[in-house]
Amino acid sequence: MARELMKGNEAVAEAAVRAGVAAYFGYPITPQTELLEYMSRRMPELGRAFVQAESELAAVNMVYGAACTGQRVMSSSSSPGVSLMMEGVSYIAGTELPMVLVDVMRGGPGLGNIAPAQGDYNQIVHGGGHGDYHSIVLAPANVQEAVDFMALAFDLAEKYRSVTVVLMDGMLGQMMEPCELPAMLPMKTEFPDWAVTGAKGRERRFLTSINLNPTQQEITNLRMLNRWAQVEANEIRYREYFMEDAKYAVVAYGSAGRISLSAVRTARAEGIKVGLLRPITLSPFPREAIYQASRKLDGMLVVEMSSGQMLDDVLAATRFTVPTEFCARIGGVVPYPDEVLDSIRNLVKGPLTTEGHPRDRWLKRMAERN
Amino acid sequence: MDMIDNDTETLVYSRPNSLTDVSTHYCPGCTHGIAHRLIAEVIDEMNIREKMIGVASVGCSVFAYNYFNFDFVQAPHGRAPAMATGVKRVLPEKVVMTYQGDGDMASIGMAEIVHAATRGENITVFFINNTNYGMTGGQMAPTTLPGQKTTSSQNGRDVETQGYPIRAAELLSQLDGSSYVVRRSLNDPKNIRLAKKAIRMAFEVQLRGLGFSMIEFLSICPTNWGMSASASMTWLENNMIPYYPLGDYKVHPAVAEIKI
Repeated sequence: MARELMKGNEAVAEAAVRAGVAAYFGYPITPQTELLEYMSRRMPELGRAFVQAESELAAVNMVYGAACTGQRVMSSSSSPGVSLMMEGVSYIAGTELPMVLVDVMRGGPGLGNIAPAQGDYNQIVHGGGHGDYHSIVLAPANVQEAVDFMALAFDLAEKYRSVTVVLMDGMLGQMMEPCELPAMLPMKTEFPDWAVTGAKGRERRFLTSINLNPTQQEITNLRMLNRWAQVEANEIRYREYFMEDAKYAVVAYGSAGRISLSAVRTARAEGIKVGLLRPITLSPFPREAIYQASRKLDGMLVVEMSSGQMLDDVLAATRFTVPTEFCARIGGVVPYPDEVLDSIRNLVKGPLTTEGHPRDRWLKRMAERN
Repeated sequence: MDMIDNDTETLVYSRPNSLTDVSTHYCPGCTHGIAHRLIAEVIDEMNIREKMIGVASVGCSVFAYNYFNFDFVQAPHGRAPAMATGVKRVLPEKVVMTYQGDGDMASIGMAEIVHAATRGENITVFFINNTNYGMTGGQMAPTTLPGQKTTSSQNGRDVETQGYPIRAAELLSQLDGSSYVVRRSLNDPKNIRLAKKAIRMAFEVQLRGLGFSMIEFLSICPTNWGMSASASMTWLENNMIPYYPLGDYKVHPAVAEIKI
């Protein structure tokens, strides 16, 4: 199929359509809105469900209702809207239903701004809603990956009865890139044995997240946790660049990973043996891959568009044994490849240390810079 | 059932198929039982049990899915109309109902109910108004009457600081998207019969694709009101019906043509 030049948000929408999404519920918020707009014309055209809800709160609960029927359903939003959705996300997780959510992150906290950021990492990767649950989180670094991850997101959500989040940022949502769209999949015709569809010729079914008996809730939570262990065993994804002979490595995801790749290429041209490890599943996190890679390294650099939310996970993965530095722009500022390149050069220059916290050193550098 | 001797006795009153054969957790005298039974009877009579998908809410009716003998889901607090929207949009041939109390629908869920109505969602909403939050122990609800004592309005609802009650049927009737919005009461046999007829009408509206229907049921809460069931019925009659007049607040012309 020919490659098409498409805006990230619209490409993701069309990819979801081709993955067989039966219903989309959303609410306008920049920098995600084109996804909603695209769905508003595309879904009715195909006879599928689309509702612009009165709020993100309502949108996620429409998703909850539609997910109960076993259909492929999704929503999308951006950071403040995703915060509003967290109630429903927790209920959906607690009811063990599949759901796909696209979060096109923007600068924050609060209303923040509409520029690209990665500040939702902790909210999305480490939970978000209340209670004990895990979500699968996929982080694309370009429009093609975002497209490819939509069908994957639905498959993973259904396979593990899990909330699956495609975590993008405003840059990926807004940029236009050539991408190849997948073929249109047929709509689902078979539905799982838990789906609520009307008790015709069978026992009634009900779906709920309430469990007043703590022992029963514990059993439910353990079942979910055991399923999560399967996700951790089977679904960890990451990509390595120039890691074979690397003495240094950058760890970065999404747009920060893409920017870091440019810096790594330039550094390689300068003769620095640096590679890039780019987590694709932020949850489950590629802990073991990072640990194994780190054992061969002299130093690591974590690059983020948030204040070291992933850094803490990387440090834990390395068991705090590898000298690590941190480079970030936050609040909606996107780092230039040159800034990352300088950080790589400084890492190589040293001193390399496992003392102190890389975030503290970064914060000090940021203060000096201003 | 086993106790009936078919040779000498005729069964004239039994549990509807659309109710499960279990005891409810509702307090003695509570009108949830009447509302559940009426809805179940109508579903049996219309033979739509296998098409039904219910949405339970948060409050005393959180376990409604244990009592209705058809497919059910259970919504977060106030979100039942949104969840029902999601179900109905992907399964438009099914009959979708929510069952919500006054705290759920008229307070935390006000946005969801107003927008479901204004979209003309083809769903049916059963709204139990018993003027308080029953499940959490009788706090002030949006429908608590002026001067009414609750655990969170202990000197009586002071409208100066705690605002006025919300008349949900009147409010929703103002929206162009609503098709059938009425208020009934569960306090005496006549009103109970009228309530049942309204339930029938609401499901007919949905089956014919005529859009949003809502029935408000004036109900009692003897436990939290601190009254006997019969005193509660009298209190409802003397205090609630004057503030919440019974009647049809919105009957779309297409609905008016339905004969049942």
